[in-house]
Amino acid sequence: MTQLQYKGTGSATGRTGSRYWRSKSAYLGALPFLLFSGVFLLYPTWNVMSGAFKDNYGVTSTVELMAVFNSPIARGAFGNSLEISIKTAIIGAILGGLFAWAIATGKRDGFFYKISVALSSVLAQFGGVMLVFAFLATFGFNGLVLTFATKFLPTSFLADASWLYSMNGLAVLYTFFQIPLMVLVFLPTLENLQPQWREASDALGGKYYEYWLRVGIPILTPSFAGAALLLFVNSFSAYATASILINLADFLTPLQIATALTSETGGSNPAEAKVLSFFMVIVVIIAMTFYALLRRNVSKWEQRR
Amino acid sequence: MKQARGVKIWRWSIISVVGFYLLVPLYAMFDFSTKAYGFADSGRTLRAWKVIGSQESLLEAVTRSLITAAIVMAIILFLVVPTAIWVQLKLPLLRRPFELLCLIPLAIPAIVIVVGIAPLYRWISINLSESPITLAGVYSMLILPYTYRSLSAALDSVDIHTLAEAATTLGAGISRVIFGIIMPTIKTGIINGSFIAIALVLGEFTISNILNFKTFQVVIAQIGRTDGQVAVAVSVASLLFVLVLLLLIPTKKRQGAVLDVDIA
Repeated sequence: MTQLQYKGTGSATGRTGSRYWRSKSAYLGALPFLLFSGVFLLYPTWNVMSGAFKDNYGVTSTVELMAVFNSPIARGAFGNSLEISIKTAIIGAILGGLFAWAIATGKRDGFFYKISVALSSVLAQFGGVMLVFAFLATFGFNGLVLTFATKFLPTSFLADASWLYSMNGLAVLYTFFQIPLMVLVFLPTLENLQPQWREASDALGGKYYEYWLRVGIPILTPSFAGAALLLFVNSFSAYATASILINLADFLTPLQIATALTSETGGSNPAEAKVLSFFMVIVVIIAMTFYALLRRNVSKWEQRR
Repeated sequence: MKQARGVKIWRWSIISVVGFYLLVPLYAMFDFSTKAYGFADSGRTLRAWKVIGSQESLLEAVTRSLITAAIVMAIILFLVVPTAIWVQLKLPLLRRPFELLCLIPLAIPAIVIVVGIAPLYRWISINLSESPITLAGVYSMLILPYTYRSLSAALDSVDIHTLAEAATTLGAGISRVIFGIIMPTIKTGIINGSFIAIALVLGEFTISNILNFKTFQVVIAQIGRTDGQVAVAVSVASLLFVLVLLLLIPTKKRQGAVLDVDIA
């Protein structure tokens, strides 16, 4: 992965020693951005992190932290969040990975390639309101499947759309944006597989499946796992879809946070929201750390650009 | 390379299964939006599509979202990009911290940012005004990892030090160097970053909903409660709009993995 570094060429390294390039006042140039990100990024982050160890009156305490930690409702929601994220990350990674392979084996820059990548970029962002609409239009009352089912299969299980509002229903919706995201993340990796490996395998008499079994899959495993972790974080942080489909506070942690934050019926509890957010951030940081470690292995062979 | 028959069969069965799953709901939306009002299977109508233009709350929301997107782009163009160039040119020691700062939003879910910013937002909307600027500020931070990624890729591919020195030798001031010399050369990266900004602002729901700000998505959800068909028609229209926009953008330099950011 490319980082902020330049390839020094000859004398044009920017370190010519003149005062102009070295002055301390250069740091002032970074100040506006620092202030801005301080207000809109660092302050909120700090507010949540420190707020998790305070009660609603600003006094330092771990009462709220322990209360949430021991609360069966919070634990249930957290468990649900983890479960749905793990499930949809695995299913999305497998289906998306296969689909990426199907795209990569086709003609590069052909029509199918172009439309698949463009559609993936659109659908990967397709959470929330529109996603719920799409699935209600498919399975809901007066929807496509129901109309079809009542017409041709009078006693179909598809006529009942209540499964959509359960964990499994939500997982089906989440998978809808996980697959395209996987395509976006995994396609470049597949395209970076060196054709020489395949040729070497062919030359040694390996069959196509043998190439995948012994070369392709082992070498892709770290990238695949890394992509699955991104998918996990993606659905773990998702709020919009669930909030529109199932607006029950104790169903998923993001819903619980929103309720604790905005409840207008006197149940508003900012300290609880902060503690829940704190636990979420910890999970995400753990996932992203694993991701970073996996990427480090990957970049050994995967030379980009 | 000629493909074996087995590979072809696998390929097409995968494409049809996944394609079916992805396309049927999209088709269902279109189908639903053209249904005759009320009952299934009594003809087709474009009623829902025709009344899109007369939804005032919707037009207001689109304007509001586009203004927010414009502010986000201004923040990127006049704050984030110049700072990235500045750090690259003059502050080698700050490169790593700057990178880390840009990647923080990856570890902070949007809902968590809302929790953190809520008190500040309340303060601003009581004491100053309820302008989209606060929202744009949060959005520009949310997309920072993606902006950073396309920017750093673009900055890596040109030797901006040589450019900057040449321009300085010829008498250009520092603002001329940044805005007149370097920014045009990394145009593709900036356009990529801005496009992500528009997509995010038009699709964002979490933050604006909780902060009670009626953006595009929030209003679509509202319309959905009274007239589902119109809301679905608007959704299909906006999907097609973004898809066409994406197909029009030259794909040659577009990086495949928007999310592929190294945080190590």
